[in-house]
Parts: sequence; C-alpha cells; structure tokens
Amino acid sequence: MLHALEGSQAIAQAVALCRPGVVAAYPITPQTHIVENISKLVADGKLKCEFVSVESEFSAASVALGAAATGSRAYTASSSQGILLMAEVLFNIAGLRLPMVLTCANRAIGAPINIWNDHQDSMTVRDSGWIQLFCADNQEAVDTTIQAFRIAERLELPVMVCMDGFVLTHTLEVVDLPSAEQVDSYLPPFTFANKLDPRRPLSLGTLVGPEYYSESRHSLHRALQKSIPEIVAADKDWKKLTGRSAGGLLTVEGPKDAKTAILAMGSVVSTLCEANEVLAPKRKTKLIKLRAFRPFPVEALVQVCEGLTELIVVDRAFSPGQGGILGTEVRSALAGMKKKPTIKNFAIGLGGRDIPLETITHLLDAAKEQEEGDFAILDVELNKLPPEDR
Amino acid sequence: MAKSSSQLKDEILKRRSQPKEPAAPVTDESDLARLRKSQPRFRGLEAGHRACQGCGEALAARLVTEAAGPDVILTNATGCLEVFTTPWPQSAWRLPWIHSLFENSAAIASGVEAALKAQGRATKVIAMGGDGGTFDIGFQALSGMLERQHNVLYVCYDNEAYMNTGIQRSGSTPHAAMTTTSPPGKERMGKRHLKKDLLSIIAAHHIPYAASASVAYPADIRRKVRRAVSITGPTFLLIHSPCPLGWGFDSERTIELARLAVQTGLFPLVELERGEITGVMPIRKPRPVADYLKIQNRFRHLFVEDPRALKEREHLQALADHNIDQYGLAGEGADPLDADGADTVRRGGLVD
Ligand SMILES: Cc1ncc(C[n+]2csc(CCOP(=O)(O)OP(=O)(O)O)c2C)c(N)n1
Ligand code: SF4
Ligand SMILES: [Mg+2]
Repeated sequence: MLHALEGSQAIAQAVALCRPGVVAAYPITPQTHIVENISKLVADGKLKCEFVSVESEFSAASVALGAAATGSRAYTASSSQGILLMAEVLFNIAGLRLPMVLTCANRAIGAPINIWNDHQDSMTVRDSGWIQLFCADNQEAVDTTIQAFRIAERLELPVMVCMDGFVLTHTLEVVDLPSAEQVDSYLPPFTFANKLDPRRPLSLGTLVGPEYYSESRHSLHRALQKSIPEIVAADKDWKKLTGRSAGGLLTVEGPKDAKTAILAMGSVVSTLCEANEVLAPKRKTKLIKLRAFRPFPVEALVQVCEGLTELIVVDRAFSPGQGGILGTEVRSALAGMKKKPTIKNFAIGLGGRDIPLETITHLLDAAKEQEEGDFAILDVELNKLPPEDR
Repeated sequence: MAKSSSQLKDEILKRRSQPKEPAAPVTDESDLARLRKSQPRFRGLEAGHRACQGCGEALAARLVTEAAGPDVILTNATGCLEVFTTPWPQSAWRLPWIHSLFENSAAIASGVEAALKAQGRATKVIAMGGDGGTFDIGFQALSGMLERQHNVLYVCYDNEAYMNTGIQRSGSTPHAAMTTTSPPGKERMGKRHLKKDLLSIIAAHHIPYAASASVAYPADIRRKVRRAVSITGPTFLLIHSPCPLGWGFDSERTIELARLAVQTGLFPLVELERGEITGVMPIRKPRPVADYLKIQNRFRHLFVEDPRALKEREHLQALADHNIDQYGLAGEGADPLDADGADTVRRGGLVD
C-alpha cells in the first residue's frame, strides 16, 4: 500500500514488518528518527519486541550481538561517530558469523564535527566483514531492509543497509509498504543453528591461534564472495512478490550507446539521473548505480563497463593521502579488462555539500582535465583556505 | 602396570556393548535423593583448561558455575579466563558460553537476556569479567546493564591487575602494589592510587543484591551465587581471586592468601540489598596487613629499609582498619565456618 512517509518512518515500519525479537539503539543525528519511530511502535503495542535503550552505540551493537547469538532476530541503527564507536563490535559480529541487520544513516565523520551526509562512516568499516548495500531512494531502502534480513539469515552474515542521512532519512516520499502477509511469506521466522542453549552448550568466540586463524578469515572471505548470488536471488524473489527490484548488485540507467559513464552509490545516483535527463549533457552519459559495495561485484561491473571509453567514479568519502575509496576499488576491479575505460575519480557532497543538478556538467568537465589515476574533491573553493593549505 | 589407551578403549567399547540393566523405577523421595547423589556433580567448567597452577580465577569460575547449575548462559570478557578455557578447537565449558570483546560482557549479557525474554525462556544469564574488564574498560556497559535492570548476574573475578596481558595495573590494583606499569623505583612506591571502591559504586545503582566473596570461602560463594540467581533482576558478585603469577607467591598458597586478605580487612566480605548493607563476614581477630603483604612479591618493596616503605605499610594498615570500621567487621564468637550450604551442590546435568 502507498504511504507518504519520512524515510526514517518508512524504515521503522519495514523493520517492524520483519518482526525483530530484539532492537537496541542509541540516538545520533540523522539516525534518531528511526529509533524514535521504532520506540513508538513498541510503545503503541504495534511491534512486539524487546527494545533495549542502551547507554552507547558500543552497547547497542553488543546487545544485538548477544541477542542474535541467542537466536533472536536482531536489529540496530546508527550513523557517523556511532558507527565508529561500534567498529570493534562490528568486526566481531562478522567474525562470529552472526546474522543481523543495521541501518547506517550515512553521515560525515568529525573533526570537524558535521552532522550532514556523506559516506565516510560506512566506508571506514568496509573491512569489517559486513555485507554493505547502498540505497538510492526510500523505496529501495524499505525493500533492501526486508531483503537484508533474508540475506543475513540465509548466509549467517550481518548486513548493513546504507541510506543517506537527511537526503533520505528526513525526506518525505511516497513508498509502497508491503503487507505483513507478503513479508511473512518472504522472510521465514529466524532459526539459528549455533544459538546459545543450555541443552546444547556451545562455546562461541573462542581463542583461535595462528594454526586456525587464516582458515577462519578465509571462510569469512569466501562467505562474502558467495553472498553475491544470494543478494541477486533475494532481489529477484522480491520482484516476483512485489513487482519491484531494489537494484540487485548494480543497475545501469541512461542512453545505452553512451561511451561515458558515471558510477556512484546512494541517493546521488537519483540526482545525477535526473540531471542527465534534464540537462542532457553533450557527452552522452549513462549512470551505473552500485548497490552492493561489499561484496564487491567485480564480474557484474566488468560486464557493464564493456564498451565504455570513460568512467567517472563518484565517491562520497575518501582516504586522506590516497584518494577515493570507491575509485580505487573500481580501478582495481577493472584492471584486468582488455579494453578498459579511462577512470576518473572525484569526491563530491562531503559533509552535506549540496549536489545540484549542474554537478553532472562539472563532473564531465573536470574529468576532461583530470590525469588518469588522479583523484580530486570536486568544487573545492580554495579561496576559503589559507594559502599554505591550498 | 597402567593400562594402555587401546586396552582402555577396548574395555569401554566392551562395556558399552553389554545390555544395560534397566534402571529401577524411582518410588519414593529417598530413592530420588539417592539417585541424585549417585549422579556426578554438575560442573560448568571442566578440568583440563590451561590456567596456571593455583589460579584463583579458575577456582572461582568453577564454584560459580557449579552453584548456578546447568540452566545458564555465560558471557565472558577478554582476559585470562577466556584465554585459558577456550584454545580452539578445545573448550573447558559445559555451559553455553560466549566471548565477544574485552569491554562488553555486560552488554552481550543484556542482549542474551533480552533475547531470552523475547523467546519466553527462563534460562539465567551470568556475565563474567576480570577486574580490568569490570572496574575499568567494561564499566560503562556494566553500569548500563544494572540501570536497565537486566535479569543478569554479573561476576567479577578480581585478581587486582590485567593478568592476561602480563600484570599491568588496573583500577582494582591495591595501593602500593607493584605491577609492570606501576613499578617501584626512585620516584615511586608501586601504584600511586587507591583500589577503586567498586562495590559502593555498584551499590549506588540500588540493585536487588550485590556481594563480595573470596575463593577462601567456597560455601559462601555458593550461597551468594544461589541467592543472586534466585533473584529476578540485576545482581553483582565480586570474587577475590588470587593470582600466583601476578602477585608473586607459591601456587599452593592461593587459599591462604585469599583468607588473609579477608582476615586483615583488606578485602571485606559484605552483602548489599538495594544499596544497604545486609550482611558481613565478621573478623574475630584481625590479622596485621603485613602478614598478608610480606608473602607476595608485588609488595616486596614495602619490606626494605626505607621510610617510604614503612609509610606505605602504615597506609595499607589504615585502609584495612577503615574497612573493619566502616563495615563493622569486628565480630564476636568463633570464626565463621565455611560449611553452610556445602552439602547443596547440584548433581546431574540439564534434563529435558
Ligand atoms: C579494547 C581492548 N583493549 C585492550 C585489550 C588487551 N587486553 C586483553 S585482556 C586484558 C587485561 C585483562 O585484565 P582483567 O580484566 O583484569 O582480566 P585477567 O586477565 O586479569 O583475568 C587486556 C588489557 C583488549 N583485548 N581489548
Ligand atoms: S596469570 Fe593469574 S589469573 Fe591468569 S591463569 Fe595464571 S594464575 Fe590465573
Ligand atoms: Mg585481572
């Protein structure tokens, strides 16, 4: 059914439809509305679950970890500093192969403190072993949240659903919420074979020495690689059920014969798509919307890059002293292509810097100037900086 | 001559293949009691783990899990206990057990308990941590767990330093004790600061039950554990657990040392309900702290010709006297016997 909902409200409803057993969270802008809405659903008796209002994000992730290990469907949400405070626990959850879902309302990292949107938070924990899916609009975020529980539980891997702070979390959009029957038919009740149970006492999180550690890491790596077909299947089955795809591993939009493409993740793709139609840049351009960042879908990416002469990778975060994180990964993924496009890399929209429609022209112009292998933050206003920092 | 392992194996297989006598039906109470007695004592922590000889923590953990019984889920902070009980692919635990990180045992336990509640299961949760994982890095998670009233017993095995990483000072290390990060020298006499009064901080959470205990008094530990697990709500137990390696004493003296800590007044055994003191283990004839200090290497520098050493010894004596005063430990009559409750060990495992 169609509802006009704020992104956070829609996510709260989607989570409730998944019938979690335990939700634990700590407020941080711009994630706050999600936990507030879930709290209200619990208070109104519309969601029957244990809601644990913890004293930190570190404990939020830890409570979810404990709950999942005990066989309950667990959920948490956070953002920015909260994700970094959770970092140690996030690695732990993945290492223990515990299924759960976390919504990351993407926000910049301080200092300088900044509450607005970019992707530095989830990018910083990209090596934690979580599946990371990026959403371009609120409908995708709703659909991805429900798919995420299925993916997590089938694979015994945690899934992070990334949605842009404010741009999505605080924006009213019309979303189609599935019915409880639809979700129940798609997502069976959670059963966890390795749960903590006195009738079958297992030791979880034991000390693993050099003779087994590599094997343990290998199996986590393989699990993430093998999650690719599961992510595809989850979206296919969802489409069968609701008629909607949430974007599989990646999708391509725009003129098929374009030799230039812009690759990006999250809501910026929606903006760039619109700009592409409205401004119709002279250089025919298509857009590659990457949804799965972890696992990184190399094969699918190589396929859609076939025939391109120029690929502009748009980052919403970067590694100081190195460059764009997505840009670096795309360069490495396409390194083996026989006729690979020249790859340009820019970071845009850092800390909530506005991304107007004209950005697409700026990107295309700046790409012409950039040397292969370089990286730059687009539209930096150097006059705001002291000369020695320019 | 000892039997070879293949002989033993043959014997076991032979015994297994013989038809079993059907068990006599249980007819009355006394039969049931007999049946119980004939079962092996329930052990949550098995022998064969890799703790040092005389490890107080290993003993305390065995006593706690034995008393709590088989319907329990354990969470464990990083530290000696976690390391010496679970070198993959082995584990010494007969209970469901989870270790996540150093500072989140209480938060993991909160999550386990929330899940059990959501599932309508009545299993008891026991969170465990060392003094580092409790007094210091895990304190925030513990305080949150107590404030939110989770139905969890938190047990701190207090060996008064970070032993797992090689004996560094913690908030629980006693004043003047030597550790690798509070070494004595020209400018220092060991740890400069006082042992954190954790029990008072716990008491300020006004939880239903909190107590201190010592491995020198096993029946007292059992009684306190049973008391704690019988309560619905957060409870806390601080168990003094001497560490031969970290304190520098011979491993056969663990119990003697633990008892001296109590008898000097340095480690008072008390019980608190909703923040009020409701019970103490009385000391009939307090022992001088020097008796306790001088048999441990960590206080060796307090027994040299140095006015500073004498001053620190006096300081520690004053702290012990203060404890005796504050908690009213000076008792009348015979020394308490550590016997009540000793006959109530649980036998057998969990039955469906
Ligand atoms: C975040 C973090 N910091 C530091 C460590 C290293 N570390 C592991 S165990 C430990 C000390 C444990 O001390 P305690 O809690 O007293 O337990 P014990 O080993 O003495 O039983 C330390 C410092 C860690 N594992 N994690
Ligand atoms: S170092 Fe101390 S606490 Fe650790 S195992 Fe040895 S005796 Fe026990
Ligand atoms: Mg310790």
